[in-house]
Amino acid sequence: MSGRFAPVLVVLAALALVPLFVSSNVALNFLKVALMLALAGTGWNLLGGYGGQFSFGHAVFFGTGAYAAAVLQVRFGINPWAAFAAGIALGAAVGLAIGWLTFRAGLRGSYFALVTLAFAEVARIIASVWPLTGAGAGILIPLQVGFPTLQFASRAEGFWFVLALVGAAMLLVRAIEGQRFGACLVAVRENEDAARALGVDVLAVKLSAITLSGAITASAGGFYAQTFLYLDAGIAYGPWISVEALLTAIVGGIGTVWGPLIGALVLQALSELGKELGGDAPGLGLVLFGAVLILVVRFAPQGIVGLARSLRPGRLARG
Amino acid sequence: MAEPLARAERITVRFGGLVAVNDATLDVHEGRIVGLIGPNGAGKTTLFATIAGFQRPDAGRVLFAGADITRLAPHRRARLGIARTFQIVQPFAGLTVRENIAVGAHLRHAGRSEALAAAEAVADRVGLALLLDLPAAALTVAGRKRLELARALATEPRLLLLDEVLAGLNPSEIRDMIPVIRAIRDGGVTVLMIEHVMQAVMALAEEIYVLAEGRIIARGAPEAVARDAAVIEAYLGHGAAGLARGAAHA
Repeated sequence: MSGRFAPVLVVLAALALVPLFVSSNVALNFLKVALMLALAGTGWNLLGGYGGQFSFGHAVFFGTGAYAAAVLQVRFGINPWAAFAAGIALGAAVGLAIGWLTFRAGLRGSYFALVTLAFAEVARIIASVWPLTGAGAGILIPLQVGFPTLQFASRAEGFWFVLALVGAAMLLVRAIEGQRFGACLVAVRENEDAARALGVDVLAVKLSAITLSGAITASAGGFYAQTFLYLDAGIAYGPWISVEALLTAIVGGIGTVWGPLIGALVLQALSELGKELGGDAPGLGLVLFGAVLILVVRFAPQGIVGLARSLRPGRLARG
Repeated sequence: MAEPLARAERITVRFGGLVAVNDATLDVHEGRIVGLIGPNGAGKTTLFATIAGFQRPDAGRVLFAGADITRLAPHRRARLGIARTFQIVQPFAGLTVRENIAVGAHLRHAGRSEALAAAEAVADRVGLALLLDLPAAALTVAGRKRLELARALATEPRLLLLDEVLAGLNPSEIRDMIPVIRAIRDGGVTVLMIEHVMQAVMALAEEIYVLAEGRIIARGAPEAVARDAAVIEAYLGHGAAGLARGAAHA
């Protein structure tokens, strides 16, 4: 059992050492954003990669985590750590609610994807008009650096915080892989009727998956809020994060523990490259993303992880 | 006679104007192999699906071990001990044979290693032991049929519903499968099988139901059913045209 966790722990430990050797703010910022995307992608991957339920609207979880953290501390004076935790719980609740509405109605495939997209858009529009969320002006978390306010004095601390979140999410996914729930989840992805015939409660499995998925992606939103201290509807509930969440998993390796992390690093590097090359021309990063997605789907449908595995046939690197 | 393990009682299923199953009653007694035969389109698979829970009947009820399970979802029935295979095989294509069978084994074994061990034991019983690490997508038709059987068996059922597990197999593969099915029954699992391969069902079943146009037209021992005038008529039709069509489809 512990053998399966060891590679994850080793990589997490190695990443944790990075700030001790790298002091460049650019590099640490790059890694922080990449890890945040990996976190959002890990949430997406649990539902989409393992469970086969493709969401186009994971922004609804990211935004809920972000707004919960911001609104609860700014408007209600709740401790930022508690607000952050509440954001995760709310992400889970929103996941359960969306799952209840969609999966119980039997929505699958592109229908499920479209409905999740709609949920995220509805959330974005509500957030852009509701005074509680700051409406069009957005919401600002006052700068107050310190441990109790969950605002980090150094980039290294923020990096370690998001690394801990990514690590927890990856270990959770790795643990699920080795459990009945994981086996049932993959069975549902592969063939719902066959799973049902073997005693799998398909609805319960999907609801558990979307609940956990929502919680994980909401934690990425909470981290965003605590790091950038400003949110508006387009940032929190915008389609960009829905796209990034699914791209990291698909490019990195769908349905694998490593996929979102590897995908996030690669995509974030491409996005930086796009900024270098394009200068002020906005959207070049998205063009690159599109090109990469086409290449991956065409030549490496199992993503970078799948590609690496197929290049090393002798070793079935289960991780 | 004792209470049957499973009973489909006066089942009627309609699809729009079409009556697929019409007032059909079928008993499966514990420890037996019961065959369900009939011409194409007779409603066999539909009747089967009502017992497994994939099709809700418009009338009638399904009893299992004395309890009314008519409104129970398929996964709940699997927990009670009803397992089915699919006529059109439904492997988890992306998983290995071992992982496929383990999904079934997880019904009774919560732990991953217990489920995997149980999966290996079941693979042994159906002759898949050497293919455990192969992806299910790589199996031949015969292999996939065995996999269907193995997954269903891994749920440790009391009643196993086999939907044409012999269809599409060549004669030597059928010869290999017959003792496997018999061994399953001898291991204490009651079997209800839909089958088109007549020699096989005649050799295996102790009791046969014949379904034609949604109705049970005959029931009894294999030899008696084979001689039944209504059965011969259902299969071979009335005239020469019916005879030709019946022969092509049977």
